[in-house]
Amino acid sequence: MKETLTLLHRLSAHPDSRCWFVAWSPNGTLLASCGGDKAIRIWGREGDSWVCKSVLEDGHQRTVRKVAWSPCGNYLASASFDATTCIWKKNNEGFESLTVLEGHENEVKCVAWAPSGNLLATCSRDKSVWIWEVDEEDEYECVTVLNSHTQDVKHVAWHPTRELLASASYDNNICIYKEEDDDWECRATLEGHTSTVWSLCFDATGQRMASCSDDRTVKIWKEYPSESGDTSWKCVCTLSGYHGRTVYDVSWCPLTGALATACGDDAVRVFREDVTSNPEEPVFSLVAQVTKAHNQDVNCASWNPKEAGILASCSDNGELAIWRFKED
Amino acid sequence: MVGWVQMENANPVIFQRCRDRPLTASEEDEDLHLIRSINDPEHPLSLEELNVVEQVRVKVNDAESTVGVEFTPTIPHCSMATLIGLSIKVKLLRSLPDRFKIDVHITPGTHASEEAVNKQLADKERVAAALENSSLLEVVNQCLSSRNI
Repeated sequence: MKETLTLLHRLSAHPDSRCWFVAWSPNGTLLASCGGDKAIRIWGREGDSWVCKSVLEDGHQRTVRKVAWSPCGNYLASASFDATTCIWKKNNEGFESLTVLEGHENEVKCVAWAPSGNLLATCSRDKSVWIWEVDEEDEYECVTVLNSHTQDVKHVAWHPTRELLASASYDNNICIYKEEDDDWECRATLEGHTSTVWSLCFDATGQRMASCSDDRTVKIWKEYPSESGDTSWKCVCTLSGYHGRTVYDVSWCPLTGALATACGDDAVRVFREDVTSNPEEPVFSLVAQVTKAHNQDVNCASWNPKEAGILASCSDNGELAIWRFKED
Repeated sequence: MVGWVQMENANPVIFQRCRDRPLTASEEDEDLHLIRSINDPEHPLSLEELNVVEQVRVKVNDAESTVGVEFTPTIPHCSMATLIGLSIKVKLLRSLPDRFKIDVHITPGTHASEEAVNKQLADKERVAAALENSSLLEVVNQCLSSRNI
């Protein structure tokens, strides 16, 4: 492999706890981390090092499972096992808690902002996906509760340009939702994984999606237009044999098209689509990996949205790491 | 969804504990030693006495940092199976170095909901959330408390 992943920084982000997730701010300058210590930390660069700029505590009573930045970068949403989602607003000093979204019966597993910034999606162990509308006064109103999954919902992700939402579940399936006549509905159910789907991610164009699972595979799905106007997705590639345990996260770099995975076998891997392969049957090759990226499970991998090749990962041992992926 | 706690088997077959048997130096023994004394949630007996855990069903690979445990519920419909599995998992998580990957499964063919229980036990997010539930944690800790008989 000519491509390499080089460690730039390693930080103890959530000491004596688990670091569940990291999220880059839209301009790529800040990194938010969250974990089992119920805290959110905001990291920023100072000279050659990364330092903790803010600690957001007292928002949640239990593990903070995921965080998401609003597209404008002024708000942060956090999803917690305490069944709530907190909205934080950036101010001169740091972050203030703006509102708490309640309604899920139990653990909220994920939160995601639509590209417009006007919609927010949350999902929970209560098997539901909620869509919230945000108005100019920072008021949040639940506009729909979607019950298409039969088990807990692990992850939600918005399409990069259209108002299309995807969710991944313990029921092994992926659901795609679309609004039609003021009504959000599940328009497609993607079956193929043989165990829990932990995460999913659209590519920069939104024509394809990558999903990762407890079945130790990553699947690439492609959208096909259908006559009824419904969205139709087909699995065009399955990456199997690379991951030794559950694949917890997958990230598709919007700048380079590289696909990074976070795995329970402690490794971070980067895959690349073979340029010569048929787009209907794409071939992805493993181009770089760090087998002991962390000394425990890697929970998240996330490409910097502005600086090509910069990848953040985090682990059960509370660490976060920043890597540089270099292609020859 | 499979719950962590529910109940039954009023009259289990009781097996002899190995406590008095001389231990060999192997790590398998040490790992069985960690979990053999876990209490059954329904009976004043240990998992070893109920033959829920046996030495042959504990596999340790030190080089690859993996521990696999298969446990055998006393009856195929035992509703406490998930809780027993959770207690075994928690005991190992607390006792072994962090580098170990711990897999706890039901012995194949011994439980009606084998697949569902195995899936729940393998889901670290569900396990983490369960252990933040104070009443459930209390039940687990009771199973893990040492008894003096």
